[in-house]
Amino acid sequence: MMRDIRLLNQKFIPGTLIGPFTQANPGLGGVCTFVGEVRCDDDVEALELTHYEPLTLPGMHLLADRAFARFDLMGLLMVHRVGRMRPGEPIVCVSAAARHRRDAIDTVDFCMDHLKSAAWFWKREKRAGAWHWIEPREQDHADLARWQAPVGDT
Amino acid sequence: MITVVLLGKLADLGGAPALTLAAPLDWAGLRAALPASLVEALDDPRNRVAVNGALLADRSALQAGDGDEIALLPPVSGG
Repeated sequence: MMRDIRLLNQKFIPGTLIGPFTQANPGLGGVCTFVGEVRCDDDVEALELTHYEPLTLPGMHLLADRAFARFDLMGLLMVHRVGRMRPGEPIVCVSAAARHRRDAIDTVDFCMDHLKSAAWFWKREKRAGAWHWIEPREQDHADLARWQAPVGDT
Repeated sequence: MITVVLLGKLADLGGAPALTLAAPLDWAGLRAALPASLVEALDDPRNRVAVNGALLADRSALQAGDGDEIALLPPVSGG
């Protein structure tokens, strides 16, 4: 079982992680990968992600545990940036390998929804030379709630 | 001494990413020792409180001694 959960404080190139991850899961039926980048909005000069060491990485490991328990998975790669980033730089990369495509796709969807609104990160943007904290969005909570409905309830 | 780590916008409210307070502290002691700008945030249930990396289910039961680390955690916005 390939499991690679990391916090990185420097720029990374997702392709250098995804290739070896895929190779490390021989016999997979499908691999699904999501890469999130700092959006090139007109006035955003930089983005900073803060984390809290005692909670953030342990929380990502708990999320990985839940993904392995919930889906029929062969491998999971979950990499998240912290620190300062510029537009166009990758923030997050989640890749899941499974025997069947649905488990790979749903795992990535599940992990991303939880990383967005239930993981210990705080985000701020620099616009026109001033930093602004980003508040949680309603849509993020609605996305998270999709995974909390009792099994068989939909 | 007790370290109080301020995450996200609470660091702006407190004027620093961390404060150092005299030990020991219970909930009333923490409220009394923090700057007024943070006391309101302390009472907001959306802001979570952790001691040595463990989230408190009941913040009023907080007990911190010498060398402990209290973290004040506002709502997250990651990904």
